[in-house]
Amino acid sequence: MTSRALILQCLQCALVFAGAPLLAGWVEQCRAWFGNRHGAGPLQPYRVLRKLWRKELVVAHAASWVFRTAPYLLVAAMIIAGSIVPLLAPIVPLAPAADAIALVGVFAFARMVSALAAMDIGTGFGSMGARREMLIGFLAEPALLMVLFTPALISHSTSLAVIVRQLTTTRLFLYPSMAFAASAYVMVLLAENARIPVDNPDTHLELTMIHGALHLEYAGRHLALMEWAGAIKLATYMAIGIALFLPWGMSATGSASGIALATGLLAVKMTAAGTALAAIETLLAKLRLFRVPEFLGTAFMVAVLGILVHFLLGT
Amino acid sequence: MPKTSGFDAHLTRLDGPLPAWQAVVDHTAWRAGCASCRADGGHLASLWGTDARHAGKGFLVHALLAWTGRLVWLSTQAGDTALHYPDISDLFPAAARLQRAMTDLLGLACVSADTRPWLRHGAWSATDFPLRDDFMTATASEAPYPFVRVAGEGVHEIAVGPIHAGIIESGHFRFSVVGDDVLRLESRLGYLHKGVEKALGALPPAQAVRLAGRICGDSTVAYALAYAMAVEALDGYTVAPRAQALRALLLERERIANHLGDIGAICGDGGLAFGQAQFGLLKEHWLQAQQPLFGHRYLMDTITVGGVACDLGAADAAAMTAQCHELANALHELEEIISDHAGLQERFLGTGRVTAEQVEQYDGVGLIARAAGVRRDLRLEFPHAPYADLPVEDTRHPVGDVAARVALRFAEIHAALRLICRILATLPEGPLATAPGTARRTCALGGAEGWRGEVFVTLERHAAGGPHRVHVHDPSWQNWPLLELAALDGLVPDFPLINKSFNLAYSGHDL
Repeated sequence: MTSRALILQCLQCALVFAGAPLLAGWVEQCRAWFGNRHGAGPLQPYRVLRKLWRKELVVAHAASWVFRTAPYLLVAAMIIAGSIVPLLAPIVPLAPAADAIALVGVFAFARMVSALAAMDIGTGFGSMGARREMLIGFLAEPALLMVLFTPALISHSTSLAVIVRQLTTTRLFLYPSMAFAASAYVMVLLAENARIPVDNPDTHLELTMIHGALHLEYAGRHLALMEWAGAIKLATYMAIGIALFLPWGMSATGSASGIALATGLLAVKMTAAGTALAAIETLLAKLRLFRVPEFLGTAFMVAVLGILVHFLLGT
Repeated sequence: MPKTSGFDAHLTRLDGPLPAWQAVVDHTAWRAGCASCRADGGHLASLWGTDARHAGKGFLVHALLAWTGRLVWLSTQAGDTALHYPDISDLFPAAARLQRAMTDLLGLACVSADTRPWLRHGAWSATDFPLRDDFMTATASEAPYPFVRVAGEGVHEIAVGPIHAGIIESGHFRFSVVGDDVLRLESRLGYLHKGVEKALGALPPAQAVRLAGRICGDSTVAYALAYAMAVEALDGYTVAPRAQALRALLLERERIANHLGDIGAICGDGGLAFGQAQFGLLKEHWLQAQQPLFGHRYLMDTITVGGVACDLGAADAAAMTAQCHELANALHELEEIISDHAGLQERFLGTGRVTAEQVEQYDGVGLIARAAGVRRDLRLEFPHAPYADLPVEDTRHPVGDVAARVALRFAEIHAALRLICRILATLPEGPLATAPGTARRTCALGGAEGWRGEVFVTLERHAAGGPHRVHVHDPSWQNWPLLELAALDGLVPDFPLINKSFNLAYSGHDL
């Protein structure tokens, strides 16, 4: 492991941790623009985090250590996930530590932690949110795995670093199977990050909430950490999508100029992805809860089609 | 004149624009009257009690029946010792909560299935009766409220409110669910009892009309108008035609503002933030235009006893007509977007359905009844000035789901816009306010078709010159039970959408 790789890894961690709220803010800003509103600016999530951080920490009487430690575990899990994904160069030291399947496992762990924490205090909304979150999780995870299998088949590896290296270094080639995988991935991303049409991140109506219901009893810095973890999760999902489907521009060696170029390109890609997400959310309404299985079932089918196309075309 | 099944002999015509009759009858005739009103397809418009001991009549129980083109106010004296009166909740299920409220406020009782308190949440004890004349102070006493339990495997309860995550008034909803399927919904309301009716009676009418306009902020015109109509009937006012026309104009403007806001909010609950922003903008422009014309964004204090406190010049009228056409055009465009939006329509269609039979059975009124195809509109059923001379449209929708309530709101906005244009084109000249006449009545009824439905105010003069007896009735009394029916067999996460499409009053229902 070179010191450059180590520096790069630290840079990536810092970028994911500090930059994730900016992406979330950008998505919100775009949604405001698309809805003919001014919006609060892309820096608003930082202001919210600062506000929450200063607020008094209120914890339910019935809360156990599960409830108290969940925010820290969540943020830790999300930073780990964000560190595994090749962001600027596929040479980061942590990338070989876990492959795509392990990455799905990290997300599953985070989901379990937040569901347990929501059930810990025993309120109706927490249990309801946990139940719905697990419903979405158990439908989204297989779809996500199927999405990851297509690039894994192409590059004969489940390691994200190898996949990215394979996709960036071979001559530019359009894989039809990847188009299917990409469509399915967008659907999974919407479901996993509690975006419209699966969940409404803006709602204050407890009964319709899925992800929001998990956070209802959190306050102060706990809530700030939960929100932050949510932003990192969105950024990580975007980063995975970029790594799998738009990896071009990453620095293969990790040279300073390469990294600078890769950072610039990443900013452009993230901005575009955020804008696209906002556009999707503006155009769609929220699905009825029991339509969500159909939505994620479609995602799974499309991902499987991607694999079939890969075998059919033999590419 | 339509027949009211042998009751005509007892009835005396009440003053005022509404076709209202009144009679004091014995228990048997009272219940028989209610039964024949039900048999004739009429509905219970209100039910309340008053302390009439000052006149030597003990306690009176009043039912306001909307009965074949007439509003019949039937009163009966509660029994001397036990304060009993006949139960009518078997005839009108909507009466059940009104009867419980009467027990809480006055201690009048009837033999009915449900004897739980309704408005009494512990701020006063079971032996305190706030609406009685001799009520001074109350002792707080809280008791657990037994919700109806649903038993079975996997059945559990979700309790929502009375404190919500958003800025919503206080109401508690108890869902019995299996997974996300709603088996039963029971609401508990009345958390913020304020004693408005006694306060209204104690104030001089000129001030009371302002308080009436603040009972329910989004229906300020409807409430103030209903109160003003009652006082005018009691004290023999003759309201000038120009004031009448302006009152109708204000009421229609209020209807439009609320419908705009509601359609936006329904879109927002459906997850279409674009719709919420657009309708929010339209509503805001509408409200902003009201500030310079009428002195208040929400039209508070525009209705006075005897007339109105605002006027329109010729230039204002022309500008308003232009504004109406502009809004109508903007709405056509948005209506197309909303009705073509597959995702949103998927949420709306078939969600929270209320059938016409349920509306008839539960005496549903106003927008909710019309959205299920039932003709319930004070302006049409009981023609009164100034609506008697205006082409009020019979806006109805046959289906009764969320989509129907959205579509009906669009239709009512367009109808109201046309009415406003008509009023502006035919605005009579003349004075805006009048002085009281010489006639002095002992009781009077006022009513207005607000945007939610019919708002009624009844006044009874005190025999010894004390404060008037005021009763205020909000249409939500009859519509809350329908909301519980609409939520049945649906999904828990669909309830907020259904609730928003009803948008019932908490405050108007809990005075």
